[in-house]
Amino acid sequence: MTEAVLYDAAGPRGRRRIVVGSVVGLLAVAAVVAVALGRMAAKGAFEAELWRLLTQANVQRLLARGLAATLRAALLAMALSMAVGALLAVGRLSHRAWLARPAGAWVELFRGVPLLLLILFVFLGLPAVGVTVSTFWALVLGLTLYNGAVIGEIFRAGILSLPRGQTEAAYAIGLRRGQALRLVLLPQAVRLMLPALVSQLVTLLKDTSLGFVIGYAELLRSGRNAVEFLGGRYSIPIYTAIAVIYIAVNGSLSFLARWLDRRARRRYGGAVRQSTADEAA
Amino acid sequence: MGAVVDNLDAYRQGFVTTLALTALSSVLALALGTLLAAMRVSPVPTLRGAGAAYVEVVRNTPLTVAFFFVVFVLPQLDIRLSFFVFAVIAVTVYHAAFFCEAVRSGINAVGVGQAEAARSIGLTFTQTLRLVVLPQAFRTVVPPLINVVIALTKNTSIAAAFGVLELTAVGTRLANANSDAVIAILVGVAVCYLLLTLPSGWLAGRLERRLLVAR
Repeated sequence: MTEAVLYDAAGPRGRRRIVVGSVVGLLAVAAVVAVALGRMAAKGAFEAELWRLLTQANVQRLLARGLAATLRAALLAMALSMAVGALLAVGRLSHRAWLARPAGAWVELFRGVPLLLLILFVFLGLPAVGVTVSTFWALVLGLTLYNGAVIGEIFRAGILSLPRGQTEAAYAIGLRRGQALRLVLLPQAVRLMLPALVSQLVTLLKDTSLGFVIGYAELLRSGRNAVEFLGGRYSIPIYTAIAVIYIAVNGSLSFLARWLDRRARRRYGGAVRQSTADEAA
Repeated sequence: MGAVVDNLDAYRQGFVTTLALTALSSVLALALGTLLAAMRVSPVPTLRGAGAAYVEVVRNTPLTVAFFFVVFVLPQLDIRLSFFVFAVIAVTVYHAAFFCEAVRSGINAVGVGQAEAARSIGLTFTQTLRLVVLPQAFRTVVPPLINVVIALTKNTSIAAAFGVLELTAVGTRLANANSDAVIAILVGVAVCYLLLTLPSGWLAGRLERRLLVAR
């Protein structure tokens, strides 16, 4: 349903009211922004010297290196999560209870626990049993444990959303279950899952910022180090820059996800969507 | 195991803090999110734009960055509150966007004919929304809302890195103090979270299945 269904095309009086509403709404938003900006200006948050910091080559280099570290962790974790997710989805779809039950339990357990706790499990738990682990791998493995479960569910939803006739036709020409999955179902399901996978990549990219907690020098940690070195008053320009970088990278990925989603709906009549809750976590 | 039993009191404190943080932020974020959703479906363009901009910015920024702005930038502007209040603000601001999207998708899930019928008997926008669309949207929207609350519960763990002594922070402290029982202590923390998330997830799934049948 498009929102326009909720109200009629406005007549003269309605249009007047909308104009009044627009002006009032604009004033309300502007008032909130003005109070915030005024408060910031009073504390000298807009002094040119503060923001000129961002034009310095070494600050830019620091943020670029942080972004590279963020992307490295995110891409590796995404690849590993997809491998784990594929195994979990196949396991959970299996007709053998000894495979399906444990896979289901694994998914429920790892989706029910905070990601930060999983990262701490790897970061504090592995050294406790005598395995040394770098901050990079602690972050990547923590992300994989969590996102493997989420992506497994995306895979499963993709395969389940195909019409049953596909499976039946595959069985009818004599394919076994594994073959049907590999040759018939997966190639079709991938197209339906692509939008949700890209959305999950955005979530995963955001979650790499938890590397900050264990001291992995990704974007946020790099920015924090710079602020600690330069002084607290530089927190505003640096954190704003970091937020803008995140919004630019994730915004383009979200845009890609929405485009893929529209295309999948048009061409194949449907797509798997990332749930709002998975997006928030 | 001994380290977990010895520190049950610390666990209890962390659990209560996590619960308080979750409850307070959920209520505030749901209120703000519903307001944003109403803005996003309203006929007034500036309100629609402001709501959409808020959601777009928040959903593409990590919660950790929201915490950074609240915990490190607000004190620069001479706004000093307790870490707990800071955490409530950060968690609320972040999750309001997701509550908004859940409510909005619930409104969109109500059949087109419902709104058309409401308009054809002469109801205005507010009446259509209040009397016809929202009561029906409410039913579809409960399971997704529960799921967002579950996500929020898990996300309160990030407050551990910003001075709030909730479950995860308790776990890290105990793990550092008892290096011989790190795994047992963290498993204890995980169990506490699962006590909150698994039953809620089960409830959401059940409601969702029941609504599917009702439709």
